[in-house]
Amino acid sequence: MARALINVPRKARRGEIIEIKTLLSHPMETGYRRDNMGNLISRDIISRFVCVYNGTEVFQADLFPAVAANPFLSFFTVATESGTFEFRWTDDHGNTQTAQANIEVA
Amino acid sequence: MSAMPEHLGHRTCAAFLLAALSVVASGASGSEIPAAEKRSDYEFMSPDTRAIQDDDGTNPGMFSVLDGEGLWNKKDGVLSVSCDDCHSGASMRGIAARYPAYDVDYKRPVDLQERINICRKRRQNATPLPPESRELLALAAFVAHQSRGMLIELAIDERLSPFLMRGANFSKVARGNSIYPVPSATMTTGVGAWLATSFRKRNRLDTQPIDWSGRRLARCSVAYATASLECVRSHILMMQSSTSSSNSTWRGEPTDLGSKLRRFAHDVGWMSTG
Repeated sequence: MARALINVPRKARRGEIIEIKTLLSHPMETGYRRDNMGNLISRDIISRFVCVYNGTEVFQADLFPAVAANPFLSFFTVATESGTFEFRWTDDHGNTQTAQANIEVA
Repeated sequence: MSAMPEHLGHRTCAAFLLAALSVVASGASGSEIPAAEKRSDYEFMSPDTRAIQDDDGTNPGMFSVLDGEGLWNKKDGVLSVSCDDCHSGASMRGIAARYPAYDVDYKRPVDLQERINICRKRRQNATPLPPESRELLALAAFVAHQSRGMLIELAIDERLSPFLMRGANFSKVARGNSIYPVPSATMTTGVGAWLATSFRKRNRLDTQPIDWSGRRLARCSVAYATASLECVRSHILMMQSSTSSSNSTWRGEPTDLGSKLRRFAHDVGWMSTG
């Protein structure tokens, strides 16, 4: 089930600086909170995010417990050629979620 | 956690008191806003806030719409049919704008979530989804999203009128700890007749689950109005004691919203039992 919202311009001019926005559905449980019974809720966060543009890594980020739930990341890159952006979020347990978006560069 | 700085607490409370008083003043002379003059709170937003509201790519509420789309196409129930097998997605445009609508079997208006559960029972032979569950809200959000921007237009239906009357009467009475009835409150918060915000997160930069209008009604009816009195209380407390430990109680959410919501729904006649 799609749980990521990606905003990449469909078209761009070559050399144009474009903004990419990503929003992932994730609880980002810090590991410091307790449930109603007083037990610690185990930590569950996205710890790493990577964006790859036609095989080249253009952005990466390490995330920490202070990052709010549904982490939102916005960043810029230069539109060099038509192709695909791949997004990968990795959690504490090594599980990954991926998403893709295409761009047409004229 | 830590208490708000005292001077700030004072100022906030004072501002709130002023707002509450002005509401009472306007409420005393005010009558119902004519339908043509009702405005969505969208129209009161600054351009910056509107830009945020318009950007679906950053709206966590859209997760519910995506989830709802998945559930819509999922075969379910004893009969193993999906919602989409009977309806095509596009055909739901305008549907959400016509709810609550009268249901013959229930002999009362049902809202969109109830309608979805009725469909589950009649068409899919599936167990109803719990009210306010993630799945039911997602399905309702998916359906409501297709009517986005449309005017809420309840069907002209004689059978609805006693319920509309009860709702109107309910909203005119100050109740609980509240010092002003609902219409005066909505005059300042500007709840209008547009569907745009009904299923959208209003305070959408936080991470709460998706909201829906019924819960908002209950919250306004229960928490919003009582907040002003709690504010008065904490204000007095702060004046009495220079070492106020916490003044956050006045804006606290009710802990048992579900039962308050049910009581509210019962009061306006949307539920047969309390």
